[in-house]
Amino acid sequence: MHHLRSASFLLTVALAATSALSQDKVSGDVVKIGVMNDLTGPYSDLAGTKSVDAARMAVEDFGGKVLGKPIQVVAADHQNKADVASARAREWFERDNVDVIVDLVNSSAALAVARIARDANKLVLVSGGGTTRLTNEDCSPTTIHWTYDTYALANGTARAMVKQGLDSWYFITADYAFGHSLEKDGSAVVKEGGGKVSGSVRHPFAATDLSSFLLQAQASGAKVIGMANAGPDMNNTVKQASEFGIVPKQSLAALLIFIDEVHAMGLKVTQGMYLTTGFYWDLNGQTRAWGKRFFERNKRMPNMVHAGVYSAVTHYLKAIEASGTDETSAVVAKMKATPVNDFFAKNATIRADGRLMHDMYLMQVKKPAESKYPWDYYAVRQVIPAEQAFLPAAKSVCPLLKK
Amino acid sequence: MFEWLGITPQGLFGQILIGLINGSFYAILSLGLAIIFGLLNIVNFTHGAQYMMGAFVAWGAANYLGIGYWWSLLLAPLAVGVIGIVIETTLLRRLYQSDHIYGLLLTFGLALIIEGGFRQAFGISGERYEIPEQLQGATDLGFMVLPNYRAWVVLASVTLCLATWALIERTRLGAYLRAGTENPNLLRAFGVNVPLLVTLTYGFGAALAGFAGVLAAPIFQVNPTMGSNLLIVVFAVVVVGGLGSIIGSIVTGIGLGLVEGLTKVFYPEGSAVVIFVAMAIVLLLRPHGLFGKEK
Repeated sequence: MHHLRSASFLLTVALAATSALSQDKVSGDVVKIGVMNDLTGPYSDLAGTKSVDAARMAVEDFGGKVLGKPIQVVAADHQNKADVASARAREWFERDNVDVIVDLVNSSAALAVARIARDANKLVLVSGGGTTRLTNEDCSPTTIHWTYDTYALANGTARAMVKQGLDSWYFITADYAFGHSLEKDGSAVVKEGGGKVSGSVRHPFAATDLSSFLLQAQASGAKVIGMANAGPDMNNTVKQASEFGIVPKQSLAALLIFIDEVHAMGLKVTQGMYLTTGFYWDLNGQTRAWGKRFFERNKRMPNMVHAGVYSAVTHYLKAIEASGTDETSAVVAKMKATPVNDFFAKNATIRADGRLMHDMYLMQVKKPAESKYPWDYYAVRQVIPAEQAFLPAAKSVCPLLKK
Repeated sequence: MFEWLGITPQGLFGQILIGLINGSFYAILSLGLAIIFGLLNIVNFTHGAQYMMGAFVAWGAANYLGIGYWWSLLLAPLAVGVIGIVIETTLLRRLYQSDHIYGLLLTFGLALIIEGGFRQAFGISGERYEIPEQLQGATDLGFMVLPNYRAWVVLASVTLCLATWALIERTRLGAYLRAGTENPNLLRAFGVNVPLLVTLTYGFGAALAGFAGVLAAPIFQVNPTMGSNLLIVVFAVVVVGGLGSIIGSIVTGIGLGLVEGLTKVFYPEGSAVVIFVAMAIVLLLRPHGLFGKEK
């Protein structure tokens, strides 16, 4: 009798405990990860469907389930338009019960979605978007900026070059907000390091012929031509600089470049160029193993955006597992409390403003003769510690840092 | 003398030369458009896509078949021309009796489809195409370093433009073509196969775009969007020159290239709009363009 009573008591407690747990465990009984980026437009090579696949890889490697519930990956094309991105984000959060939006290449789309996520109390993990505003003026408790930002890229490249005596700069700048902010960040670092900026020229967005601007840069006599532009504009600058014999008399510094672009332009014209990146597939055994798996599936080596998506999604799923729920605040707290340790980042932590503090790499593009196998493009010149790579907390205006 | 402009004479000459180089590009592209409009009355929005295809044919020939630049200069225009002929005989031909806008919509739609297809197949970063060995390197002219390949581009496009002009204005075949646009029925009465002439003309216009694509491949990244970036400027050139005027498109192409080149020195931010400002002014003063005839 006594035994029976205590057994039934235990059973009741156990039942109550499980039902209480399952109530706030996983909303909608599924964890939905939305990958939103440019699937067809100008950024579709550096993010695109390959970011979607990176998220799928993370889910597969996690076992496809978290807390016993299935994990689902959905994708959407924001067409690089902030309004399309906002509309889709609202739909995802309100109708489709998407729990987190990742990637968000294109800064204006990233900022728009981050704002909506904040109001909906949902998480965004930015990998492709580059603006520092995400963790500075527009920082939010529900935004985590994973892979890189424009400050880290300009800072890493410019600082290292000035240190090597390449201390006079001339900027070729794309004439819109993004180019201006890259030029601003780059100039500040050059001047801080004791170098000087002898001038700049602003070219219209999507200018096919940049030779005119290159001649002006050549005439300036500066040691370094800083390219504060991106995509096709930057590619054409590099290609035409080699045509006009500007390199090696002057050095080119790309302030925003991805390995896909080095691949497309070829080592012959990109050799010797300095750049900063958050990831390179050929850094060590771990990165190589993951890179090769990615290559099998996508016929291309991953860039830092793809690696960042994988790392962010994995860290997110681990945080759900550890906190026993997919409720946003609990997951964010867990993510911020746990260091990130994977092939992408070593002992990295997420700062209060949402910035993932991980090491960046200063790279130099190899000469064609030094490249031994496909995609063997970079030589590591310096590992930039996280504290030096990103905007220092003291210089940030993000209120989350001031607590 | 040049100090007050804030630029050295050397710098200025360099910029003028670059303007000429770009101008000859505009000329060869707008020439194809002008021929097609002049003889077929079709505003050919597929021109940019045909230019892009020319570059891709050159790239594909080199990459898959090991065919070099010089053969591509022949092969790519042929391939693009044949595609043009297929488009003309299967689609465009049905629209000659309709308003301009139908031809415009059809060619615009085709351009989007072709561009989308290439984007799907080759991605957006583009492919690289090397400068042919014979033309690598640069020549120091004293006031600037001129890449040999650019010199070749000017030479090739100016020669081709003049040859085309001579073909249309100075030969019997050209006379047939011009007669065909004036009065196709009368020409047919003389026993000339007018539809065939029209088909070949469209093919030739498309081939010119393909040729420009091969010329451009080593300078720009071979990329699915390379045509649409250039097309609007080229249309402005055609409008300024006078829709359908052959000599107008050549002279205006080179002239506007120069204007754009100088703008890049004195007010670089304005270099994207200067051609359209020129277009607005010309249209206000001469609604039919610089060389256009009133009809």
